[in-house]
Amino acid sequence: MIRYILRRILYAVPIAFGVSIVCFALVYIAPGDPLETVLPPDATAATIAIVKHAYGFDKPLPVQYLIWLGHVVTGNFGTSIATGRPVILEVSDALANTALLALFAVPLAFVIGGTMGAVAGSFPGRWIDRAVTGIAVAGVSVPNYWLGIVLVIFFSVQYMLLPATGMGPNGSTGFRLLQWNSARFLVLPVITLAMIPIGILARTTRAAVAEMRNQDFVQTLRAKGLSEWAVTRHVLKNALPQILAVMGLQFGYLLGGSILVETVFTWPGSGFLLSKAIINRDVPVLQGTILILSLIFVATNLVVDLLQPLIDPRIRRG
Amino acid sequence: MTDILTLREPVATFTEETPPASIVRGYWQSVFYRLRHDPITLGFGAIVALIVLAAVAAPLIAPFDPYAQSIIARLKPFGWRDHLLGTDELGRDMLSRLIYGGRVSLLMGVVPVVIAAMIGGILGVVGGFVGGRVNTAIMRTMDVFYAFPSVLLAVAIAGAMGGGIGNGMLTLTLVFVPPMCRVAETATTQIRALDFIEAARASGAGTLTIIRYHVLGNVLGPVLIYASSLVSVSILLASGLSFLGLGVRPPIPDWGLMLSTLRQSIYVVPLVCALPGVAIFITSICFNLVSDGLRAAMDVRM
Repeated sequence: MIRYILRRILYAVPIAFGVSIVCFALVYIAPGDPLETVLPPDATAATIAIVKHAYGFDKPLPVQYLIWLGHVVTGNFGTSIATGRPVILEVSDALANTALLALFAVPLAFVIGGTMGAVAGSFPGRWIDRAVTGIAVAGVSVPNYWLGIVLVIFFSVQYMLLPATGMGPNGSTGFRLLQWNSARFLVLPVITLAMIPIGILARTTRAAVAEMRNQDFVQTLRAKGLSEWAVTRHVLKNALPQILAVMGLQFGYLLGGSILVETVFTWPGSGFLLSKAIINRDVPVLQGTILILSLIFVATNLVVDLLQPLIDPRIRRG
Repeated sequence: MTDILTLREPVATFTEETPPASIVRGYWQSVFYRLRHDPITLGFGAIVALIVLAAVAAPLIAPFDPYAQSIIARLKPFGWRDHLLGTDELGRDMLSRLIYGGRVSLLMGVVPVVIAAMIGGILGVVGGFVGGRVNTAIMRTMDVFYAFPSVLLAVAIAGAMGGGIGNGMLTLTLVFVPPMCRVAETATTQIRALDFIEAARASGAGTLTIIRYHVLGNVLGPVLIYASSLVSVSILLASGLSFLGLGVRPPIPDWGLMLSTLRQSIYVVPLVCALPGVAIFITSICFNLVSDGLRAAMDVRM
């Protein structure tokens, strides 16, 4: 067991390094000289050399990478060109707002998608199964930012029930989760964000439950005279670890992949920060946000892998 | 991304019409037989064909010039003066722009997947067949790109390189190579361990011959199915990039870009503004269902 944990952690370390190399390289695949924005167009060769030296661009690339990595490890991601604030502060503020969305969207998707999938998997081939499969395909095929726009058109423009964008009059500082006046800003983004996970969880649950029902132990349970409800409980319990793992991964996806939905709702989260950084060509923010988000994604995958043996004793023995 | 691909049970109808055992069929013939008898896949395949046809024949069927602007005709509702689906914020005909928009959107959906399938397929087959250090080197590199959520990776690369159709396609190709490679590698590793490969080697076949005649045929199925399921993902990602200003540049008609520019006008003509998204949704759902049908017909377990 301890060997499994250690092996899994050791496996994540080179991945994290690889991720940092990709993020470092992002600045260099950008067209043009990275110094172009800093230097005046009529800069002399001498000035260019001085600035290059000051930024460390005259050193060989591996050395530049190590220097950058040293800064990053100590939490120094540079400062935003647009706001002048340290990138780490910008990202951590935004990340808290994104986590708020994900914390509601993932359980919502688990309840709706899981229920749909469990029902469909229990009646394979029946009309309810077809209906759920259809909804699930629609869920994974929908452009969720478009869905966000449609929800805004419906609930904000036509019926004026819910706010269209933002987090309330004072942004994230005035946001109170327990007051409906600010909590209502959450409703539309959370529903929009939950749609793809609902589709994925419905399909995963349906497949897991249908597969579990074909196992021999189900026949044994029936032969022993257990009620259909008790059999279903056994099936669900056995299918659950697989579903929980997918749910955990979805949490990571939502933290990193909510850029489009946050842009639609101008929700001040990490995705919106990225989309602002792209418009402003704010490279330090772009680089820092992507690095932090992808490291969190790696960490989420690691946590899911480590938690699985705790939930599912079969993996512990295997 | 891989999570989108869960198994779908084979459609029940084809078992009733299973061909008589006396007719010997090849694998591909039986796949086509099952596809021909799967009404759902055929129906949605027909819609895909219609969308493709409309995009190809856009100059013939579009009622207006998709670039023709008009100040007085801005943001008009459905059916205003022969504009069947209304007009956009510059007075351009929506129906024509939606028809033309399919060209870029389909191109961005299919081209990156095809290129990524070739690159990832070759890398995966080579890695899986050669094994050892070569395989480790290839697969660990792919793992690094796997560590990014696909949307984030696409935004990161496109954000660094800047917008445009070419950069958009390059970005999506880079996003799709790692999962393609993994599918090909898994299939190859499984095939390589089977006895008939050993038999081929014992009868004197060289590495290239074995790959050409024994491995490729067996890897093609999983790769084809996975690639077909990626088309819908690619269309969604491409339109998402355009929506963020990282894909197609105006004034070229593209569904994602149209959605992004029309977003400002949802208070004026809400229904017209939602149209490009409907086009993306329908196209993506059709590709997904066709891919599901293909998986069922080819009966590949992934």
